Amino acid sequence: MALAELANPSRFLSVANRAIPWLGGVTAIAFAFGLNLAMGAPDDYQQGATVKIMFLHVPSAWLGMLGWGVMTIAALGTLVWRHPLADVAAKAAAPIGAAFTLLCLVTGSLWGRPEWGTYWVWDARLTSELVLLLLYLGVIALWRTVEDPSRAARAAAILTLVGAIDLPIIKFSVDWWNTLHQSESVFRMGGPTIYSTILIPLLVMTLAFTLLFVTLHVAAMRNEILRRRVRTLRLMQASAVS
Amino acid sequence: METMSHLPFIVGSYAAAFVIVAGLIVWVILDFRVQRRALADLERRGLTRRSTSARSEPPMTGAKA
Repeated sequence: MALAELANPSRFLSVANRAIPWLGGVTAIAFAFGLNLAMGAPDDYQQGATVKIMFLHVPSAWLGMLGWGVMTIAALGTLVWRHPLADVAAKAAAPIGAAFTLLCLVTGSLWGRPEWGTYWVWDARLTSELVLLLLYLGVIALWRTVEDPSRAARAAAILTLVGAIDLPIIKFSVDWWNTLHQSESVFRMGGPTIYSTILIPLLVMTLAFTLLFVTLHVAAMRNEILRRRVRTLRLMQASAVS
Repeated sequence: METMSHLPFIVGSYAAAFVIVAGLIVWVILDFRVQRRALADLERRGLTRRSTSARSEPPMTGAKA
């Protein structure tokens, strides 16, 4: 099917209705497999048992950035190409990305207390991640504040594009500044520095979380299309009465 | 010994993940039900989109669906 066909909301709803149960099933299987591997993973020689928090922290950090990445592409779709589903995709991704960014910060704090001796430090990586959460909350507030969805979409798209500058800052903060947060250990030149008994569960959990994000995003997009249909019909009803 | 002292942080992390993920799933399901019910209610009152009544829906433009 051509991507352009999905621009038709009825077509998208039809595909989403069929895809969501399958996506949900595959996500559940991936989580069962990933959690089984994570619980069986050995303790790290430095972190001990707290390495198990990494199986949640790393995927949620990835999804927080993926969510904003999706919104950035959607923002270009709204402003440049005026793609029909772009602002639907952006609006649907914001709460999901915010939730995973919050989870990243919570799990990071719970890992930091036993390992660093503190829940929080104004480290470049932690601070830029907190900025990402604030950006998410700002975009969500903007969507709720502006009543007209098309005007809200343009305003949110501009904020999203400005906020996208935080993504490389998060990614490279550990290289650009002397941070307490450890440097890159998975996607780096020269390969991962993590032993396979921990790396494999980490990658499976990351895949499971990514599938969850896709499932939730498609479902939230479906909800947003229905919400706009309800709004359109209510406006028609109101104009018919007046 | 170390595992036991770190257990509350590990359990706390998995509990937070469960609450946040479950919250997202419940939010998506409840929102779907609310929108579907509202749409069905409006259509029961005879309100349908022109595109639906014409049986050929044009591609959605901008925020209008």
